[in-house]
This record gives sequence, structure tokens and C-alpha cells, in this order.
Amino acid sequence: MTSLLETEDETLLRDSARGFLNDASPVSALRANRDQGRPFDPGLWREMAQMGWTGVLVPEEQGGADMGHRAAGILAGEMGQVLAASPFISSAVMAATTLRGAATGRAKDALAQITSGESIYAIAVDEGPKHAPAKTALKAEKSGNGYRLSGAKTFVADGGSANRVLVLARTGGEPGNASGLTLFDIDVERAGLSRKTISTIDSRDHARLNFEGLEATGEDIVGELDNGFVTLRHGLEAGQAALAAELSGLTAGAYAMTIGYLKERKQFDRTIGSFQALQHRAAHLFSEIEITASAVINAGRILDEAPDQATLAVSVAKARATATAKLAVSEGVQMHGGIGMTDEYDIGFFMKRARVGAEWLGDYGYHAAQVAAARGF
Amino acid sequence: MADNTTDLSKFREKIADWIVENCPATLRNRPIGEDSIVWGGRNWTFDDDDQRVWMENAITKGMTAPRWPTAYGGAGLSRAEEKIFRDEMVRLKAPSPLESFGLWMLGPALLAFGTEEQKLHFLPQITSGKIRWCQGYSEPGAGSDLASVQTRAEDMGDHWLINGQKIWTSYADKADWIFALVRTDRDAPKHKGISFVLIDMTTPGVSTKPIQLISGKSPFCETFFDNVKVPKSYGENIPSQVGEINRGWDVAKHLLTHEREMIGSGAQGLLGGRSMGEFLSSLDTDILADPVINTQAMELEVDSLAFGMTLDRYKDQAESGRGVGNASAMLKYYGTEMNKRRYELLMSASGSEGVEWDGPHGSLAPEWLRTKANSIEGGTSEVMLDILSKRVLELPLK
Repeated sequence: MTSLLETEDETLLRDSARGFLNDASPVSALRANRDQGRPFDPGLWREMAQMGWTGVLVPEEQGGADMGHRAAGILAGEMGQVLAASPFISSAVMAATTLRGAATGRAKDALAQITSGESIYAIAVDEGPKHAPAKTALKAEKSGNGYRLSGAKTFVADGGSANRVLVLARTGGEPGNASGLTLFDIDVERAGLSRKTISTIDSRDHARLNFEGLEATGEDIVGELDNGFVTLRHGLEAGQAALAAELSGLTAGAYAMTIGYLKERKQFDRTIGSFQALQHRAAHLFSEIEITASAVINAGRILDEAPDQATLAVSVAKARATATAKLAVSEGVQMHGGIGMTDEYDIGFFMKRARVGAEWLGDYGYHAAQVAAARGF
Repeated sequence: MADNTTDLSKFREKIADWIVENCPATLRNRPIGEDSIVWGGRNWTFDDDDQRVWMENAITKGMTAPRWPTAYGGAGLSRAEEKIFRDEMVRLKAPSPLESFGLWMLGPALLAFGTEEQKLHFLPQITSGKIRWCQGYSEPGAGSDLASVQTRAEDMGDHWLINGQKIWTSYADKADWIFALVRTDRDAPKHKGISFVLIDMTTPGVSTKPIQLISGKSPFCETFFDNVKVPKSYGENIPSQVGEINRGWDVAKHLLTHEREMIGSGAQGLLGGRSMGEFLSSLDTDILADPVINTQAMELEVDSLAFGMTLDRYKDQAESGRGVGNASAMLKYYGTEMNKRRYELLMSASGSEGVEWDGPHGSLAPEWLRTKANSIEGGTSEVMLDILSKRVLELPLK
């Protein structure tokens, strides 16, 4: 295994991403997006594509930079730090990893389109309020030479702005079984698919997708029939690791704001950061952040070096990142006092995104259970 | 890199063979607890001959101090090799051949601050288990505020005259020598007048008295110095103090960093490589059906794995030449608080069997009680948070 320390190349990538995002997408950009009612800035996404971020996990043959999951984590982390909204995790991480695993001619074309930014992919898995791929009930019934898809997906991140969607459908077995699932790659304009955006607290793009007898062919299947969860799993794990990295970056952003405030705000004729009660809260938060950072780097490392054995490392990272982000934003608001509750101040944006990130792709309980299963209990 | 990996896997095979050949099989399946540790020293008696054989075999190969240079009785292993050695010991259920405060603390201090002659004189006595050391830091009036030590060493020309009292001296009643913080300049600011002195416990005027703890055990002592004459030199270029006179705080601080990392990471091997859930199931197959215990076990597993990754990351950092420094306070804080959580859960999962002094779970109750000191010794959790606030977070003083 390689070291858990950042390499020089990784530091360069982080510094350049930070420089770019601080200029192009400070937290005020999220506020502007929200006030204008748009989930993200398409101009920003084009620039990300030009810098090669959309191809971070795409092979060079399809125009990608093929930098690996540690690098994807660095980019996601920097986006998290300034709450930059983009379909990066949906399209450039999860769809790219899944399609790369499928390795068909059509998947390769799709990868090239993800890299160029022509395509934005969303991943449609969940049907209830908790992440549970095995519970998929959306049916894909055999019909002539093809399939008819009927059912509904919810909490589809980037589902309103995507032009393509990878949808997990049941071709066999019963809801609750991880087998009997098949993954389809569908154009959102195809007849039988309707979309309704949901307005979420983080002001980003989420949608409900309704499939009413949508016709699909065998060509649309990604990976193997009835084995779609296996196809998707690696992509989901890549997304969970990148989301853990985003949450870890978000935590760093909220923490930096809070420490900055402790060093500047005066009450009782003293800087509030000199009060031991607040110092200990902040130092405890620092400890949790340090430990989570290790889990996040480790998840990227294992996805790069032993992707078939990544479940444990990814779930430790997502569980820890979820818990630490929650702590950082709660402590952040508390230590800011009243101003932390105002919309005018930015810390609330961190809290809202942390809550959405906590639920997306598996909450703390989901990942803790994955850890327990992987560790023999 | 490939060569390195190949070399390391060869090393793993070799060292595993060596453990199997040199650690008597009877030792290899015995439960490992505080009572089965081999500490060595002049007064040491082995539980049986197998323990002695294993220690002596390890000494011959330098494996009681795997990373120390061979010239001082170590094996000169790299960090990666040492980790493999430790992993293989856990896998093969081999106990540690020798543990001591000399190996953990004085040795690292001498390696960093000692003269060459001091190293050649003292380190082989540690690696060979001949001399057992104890640590004389805390005093009744200097606990968390350690730099307030009052034990006095007066300059008498060729020797120091030492008077005062230490407390919480681990195993002082069983140790041969003590490394102690004493005040050699009473007029200097409190951090500047302390020296780090090495004292033979058989010197007239040194006495000890064990303190009985809530666990029923007495691992700590009070240590008294009553007109104790300590020579200034134990031989050519072997001064009786480590580092410069009046600069003992530098040595103590360096050691505290070491101690904090050690205490913080100490309990990681507690379950012998098993997960918390597996361990609990081995106590009682139904116990994980309790939703609260199950949840706590999962949380501990997540935190414990992430903490282990952090130890690895910090070791990578130390290896790259950038020390961990004050962040060791984080390891100490987090590791000890987590260990207390572990033992609370073990007690809870053991139910009424856990509260027996000598019940089906052996020494669980005394071990649980003992963990309550983890977040006090070596600097309390609150002192660790203070260090982090001031030195790492750089929060203002006023």
C-alpha cells in the first residue's frame, strides 16, 4: 500500500483546485444560485470539464485524465470546502466508474461524453427515504425484444439537470434481494419518463423520476442482466468515498470559519477563543476531524489499489465523514452564537449540505452496518 | 517498490518461522493480560521456563527492541519490518518477550538526548531485561502542572543530594533504577531549572510505598528521596543526567510526546485482532441482539478502525521526517477516551458476570477500573485539549 500522506502531485492538484474554486465558486456563488433558483452554474461545470475534472476517472482513450480515486477525493474535498455545487459525484465519479466497469463500445462513448461535459449523468437508485439498493421495486418487464420500465425513483441527485440516467430496475426476484436487478442507461427525453424536481434544503438539484412503461432495449443494459447491483456497486462505492471527501472538505470549511470567529469575536472584554469551554469544544472537533481525514484518504487509496476489497474502507470513511460533518456544523453554529442562525451568515449553508450529504448514498447507520458485516458481526 | 514488497513478504515468512521456532508453543495460546507481561530486572521471577526461553531467544536476535540499532542490543529493523513483526506476533498469538519503561521511554530519551557512552552503557541493560526502570515524574503538588516539581537536587560537587517525594511512580517497588525530574535550579523560571536524572533505587535513602487503587491492584507507588547521594557521573562521558543540567524539561517533553502516542495507541491490540462484535459474540452469542449494545459496538468499530488508520497516517508522517509534534495530544486524548468506551461496553455486555472480581471473564472488572486512569496519566484529557487549543489551533490566551 502507498503512503497515507499526500504526494507532491496531489498537493499541486489540491492547491490549483483551491485557487480556482476560491475565485470561481466561493460560498457566495451558492447563495447566488439559490437566489436565482438554479441548482448549479453550467459555466462553472464547463470550466471543470476544460480542466479535466470531469475525466478524472476516465481512461485516456476516452479523453480522460485517469487520475484515480484519491485525486477525485481531493477535488470533491475542495468543492466541499466552498460548497461548490456541480454534478461531479453523480456524473464524473459514479457514472464514470460504473460505465468504465461495463467497458462496452457504448459505455466508452458515454465516457467520452462525460469527459467532454456533453453528458451529465444521474444515478437513480433509491425509492424510499433511506438508501437501500436491494429494496428496488421499479420493474423492468420483458416486452417483445425489450423491457418496459415502470415505477418511481426519489432523491435522484442531479436528476433535474442530467441528460442521461443510470436506473436500477428489478428484472427478477423480490424487493429486498440484491440479485435480480438490472442497470439501464436511459436518455431523459425518452417517452415514458417524467421528472419533478424536489426543493431540498441544500439548494441543489434533486428530482423524482417517474417511469410509466418506458421502453428499453437490451442495448440499454449496462453490465449483465439480473446482475446490475454488482455492476453498480463499484460506482456507488466510488461515489460514497467521494461524498465522504466532500463532507470532509465541508467540515474543514465550517471548522475554519468557526476557528476564525473564535479568534476575532470579543465578549466580556475577551476574545471568546480564550474561554476554555470553547477551546475544549474546538479541540475535540479538531480530534474528530483528524481521524476522519485518515479514513477518507484511506478509502481513496483502497479504491485505487484494491477496488474489490473497498467496501469496509469506504463505509468507515462515509460513516465517519457523516458524523464529523454533523458535529462540525452543529458546533459551528453553537460557537458562532446568534449570528450563526442568520441566513446572511454562511455557516447555515454548511449545515444544510451536511444534512443532505448525511442521507445521500447511505447514512451513518447504513455504513456502520456495512462495517459490522465486513468485520464479522 | 515491487522489490521492496517482495523483500517485505520474504521478511514476513522469515520472521514468522523465527517466532514459531523460538517462542515455545505453550506460550502461544495463553491469554495475554497485564499479569502475563514479562518486565525483567534484577528481582524478576518468570512464571515458568518457557517465558525465560522466549525472552532470551528474543534478546539474542535483538527483538526485544526491534528498531534500536544493533550496537545497543536492538535488531535495527525498519518501521515496515517492525510492523510486520508485531502483526505476525499477534497472528501467531505470541506474547511480547519483554516490556519495560526502559524500552518504551528511557531508551527513546537516551537515543535522542544521550551521549554515545550513555547509550552503550544503559541501552543494552534495557534490551537484555537486566535493569527494570521506572519513571519519577509526578509529585503530590505537581500533577497536571508537571513543571512545578519540587524534588530538590543540591549540587555537592561530585554528587547531587536529593530530597523530595514522587507519586504515581509505576512499579517503583519492583524497579531497579528510576529516571526522575528534579529541580537543580530553584531560582530559574519553573521550566528552566529541572534536570532529568538517573538514580539507582538501591541507593541509601530511596524508599517506596505502593498505593492501592480502586482496581484492587497497586501498580503505582509513592517514592521518597531522603538525603539520597547521586554521583554526577557513572563513568567517562556517562553523566548521571540525560541532556544538559537544567534542561531536563526538554527531555521530559520529548518523552511525554512519546508516552502520549503510546498510551493513545496502547489499547488497539486489546481484542487480539478480532472486531468488537466478534469479541462480544464470543462472550455471549445473543448479546448483539441488544440494540444498544449492538449500536455501541458498531460505533466503536467504526471509530477504532479510523483511529488505526490515523496511527498509520501519523507513522507515515513521522517516517517522512515530519514529526507529529503536539498532535500526539490528540492521539492520547482520543485513544484513551475510546478505550474507556470499549471497557464500558465490555462490562455492559458481560452483565452480572462482569462484576465478579474473578469470574468467567477473568480480570475484566479490574481492567475496566484501571482504564479510568488512562485519561488522567501522562496528562489528563483536559490538558490534552488545552495543548491542542493553544499549540495546534492557536486559540488566543485572552
